[in-house]
Amino acid sequence: MAEFRLPPNSRITKGKHFSAVSSAKNVRRFMVYRHDPGSGENPRMDTYEVDVDSCGPMVLDVLIKIKNEIDTTLTFRRSCREGICGSCAMNIDGRNTLACTAPADGIKGDVKIYPLPHMPVVKDLVPDLTNFYAQYASIKPWLQTRTPAPPDQERLQSKEDQERIDEPAACILCACCSTSCPSYWWNSDRFLGPATLLAAYRWLVDSRDEATGERLDDLEDPFRLYRCHTIMNCTNTCPKGLNPAKAIAETKKMLAERRH
Amino acid sequence: MSLRSPLSRVLGSGSAKDGTEHWWMQRVTAVALLIIGLWFLVSIASLADYDRAELYRWAGHPFHAVMLILASITLAWHSTLGVQVIVEDYVHGPLLKVSALLLNKFLHVFLAAAAVLAVLKIALGDSL
Repeated sequence: MAEFRLPPNSRITKGKHFSAVSSAKNVRRFMVYRHDPGSGENPRMDTYEVDVDSCGPMVLDVLIKIKNEIDTTLTFRRSCREGICGSCAMNIDGRNTLACTAPADGIKGDVKIYPLPHMPVVKDLVPDLTNFYAQYASIKPWLQTRTPAPPDQERLQSKEDQERIDEPAACILCACCSTSCPSYWWNSDRFLGPATLLAAYRWLVDSRDEATGERLDDLEDPFRLYRCHTIMNCTNTCPKGLNPAKAIAETKKMLAERRH
Repeated sequence: MSLRSPLSRVLGSGSAKDGTEHWWMQRVTAVALLIIGLWFLVSIASLADYDRAELYRWAGHPFHAVMLILASITLAWHSTLGVQVIVEDYVHGPLLKVSALLLNKFLHVFLAAAAVLAVLKIALGDSL
């Protein structure tokens, strides 16, 4: 059966408290999920008091300040700090988003930060995305054609055709959507999840691709595609403002249309 | 512990090439139930009285009897599709899952058959 309580060794305990320095003027509390699976200890919530006046505006700025100045053991992924790499996806104030584009002053009260939900934790805010990436690889996310490429130019696309893939191709694979989806929580071993299905749709509507039928065949499965029950957490949470729920609905429509 | 690659695990036994029929029929039965539901509300509301004899007369009318039979079958059909989704979502033990799926089908067929028989008994009376 689906598990509605965390296993005993995953239940969160009270953690350490790091007080702000006395000279701090504008102190806010950041409660951060800490877990080192190798230690044998349960996860805990550490509280950091941070002077946000001496820090950049985004939650990622705060995390970097904590790591640099308060607690070097805090672990998280980050790279581009401008919402294009997808590395710093985490659950901030109950919402999956990118720490680098989430302003701390947009959150009321204490800021609670967890790793992306329902994923194995490597350490602290770093989830194990192995299965997520394998799912992405499984849909063959590259152009498949039978017609040889023209020898002297690119494969041409009309402006309208390009516009159809503009939005789905803007996905940065941060996994915010998939890990916000209850269907993905319960069945991530078989349901591909919104991010991978959005990527699949990007190739389904690519005018240059010649494997639409095979792609639809591969998706037509009660679990791979049809575990989506249009909950729409994916669209609600996407930090890039994309709409995976619509892409999935369009995919279902394509499958229905080819039968009638 | 398995040393299968993550991609091999994801690809599993491949696509079932199925699910569209289930998805489509869930919507077809939903639309049908909307129409049937509308008929039911309008028809019931226009009854002069709600005593047993009047309801028997209403249900025994050939058109209403047909609609009631269609309602029973469509409702059971729609419900069995929905319950199947819930079982597939939440029940993961193989034995428990197959048992729940079987029970779901059998129970809904039984309920539909019982409802159809009830309408037929009213519509055809003693001749049944």
